[in-house]
Amino acid sequence: MFIRWSAALAAAILLSSPALQGACAADKPTDPQIAHIAYTAGVIDINAAKQAQKKAKSKDVKAFAEDMLRDHEAVNKQALALVKKLNVTPEDNDTSKALSKQASDKLAELDKLDGAAFDKAYVANEVAYHKAVNGALETQLIPSASNAELKSLLQTGLKIFQGHQQHAEHVAAELK
Amino acid sequence: MRSGRLFSISIALVVAALVVPARAATIEITMENLVISPAEISAKVGDTITWINKDVFAHTATAKNGDFDVTLPPKKSAASILKKAGTIDYYCRYHPNMKATLKVEP
Repeated sequence: MFIRWSAALAAAILLSSPALQGACAADKPTDPQIAHIAYTAGVIDINAAKQAQKKAKSKDVKAFAEDMLRDHEAVNKQALALVKKLNVTPEDNDTSKALSKQASDKLAELDKLDGAAFDKAYVANEVAYHKAVNGALETQLIPSASNAELKSLLQTGLKIFQGHQQHAEHVAAELK
Repeated sequence: MRSGRLFSISIALVVAALVVPARAATIEITMENLVISPAEISAKVGDTITWINKDVFAHTATAKNGDFDVTLPPKKSAASILKKAGTIDYYCRYHPNMKATLKVEP
């Protein structure tokens, strides 16, 4: 039952809680669904970074947003090349939909903030978001991926996103 | 004969290149899958470092002491010549978890 699994992931990301672990290990998303989720998760962070580039005040936050934009665009470019090569069509699914909905709500929420308040909220969300996505990659997406190249791309993604999480935590600490 | 003279000049250049002691070495340092390898390497002043970025991500080789700051676009390489001796810790500014050490001997 993919729906149950995706609801768990969506909930984990919505609440930014580590509740994902132990959620229906038997429900495995398919590779086309995994590709869609991973790509969607990337687009979300790219959009958040673009918003931050316009609104952020702190130099560190601006630089962080630039790093996010550069890395997530690189990963997504790689993901697109891979699905093309494998002749896989990414398949929309409930997790992707929940992620997108949650992200557009967050964008609207952050849009109302300015200056230091925006910086703080953006970076706090980046910490939570990367934590949730990394948890999902580690416990669900990577173990579920059956194609070796997709798995390897997700593993590279996890490695780079763990770095982003640390970076975000560092920036968050500096803002205090 | 003009072409003859050009030919002998080029021979002379080749010979000169061979005669000059080839002490300076070229050392390759690779960044792949967010890892710098080798993580620790020794070189000498005058050696050339070839930085090779095999990742789809942009990286930098940034010395903590400010000696160098090389930007490496995805899948590109760059070279730098070592001018100063010392033990240099360097990292990638974009991915600070990527760290390595370069020992430059005089």
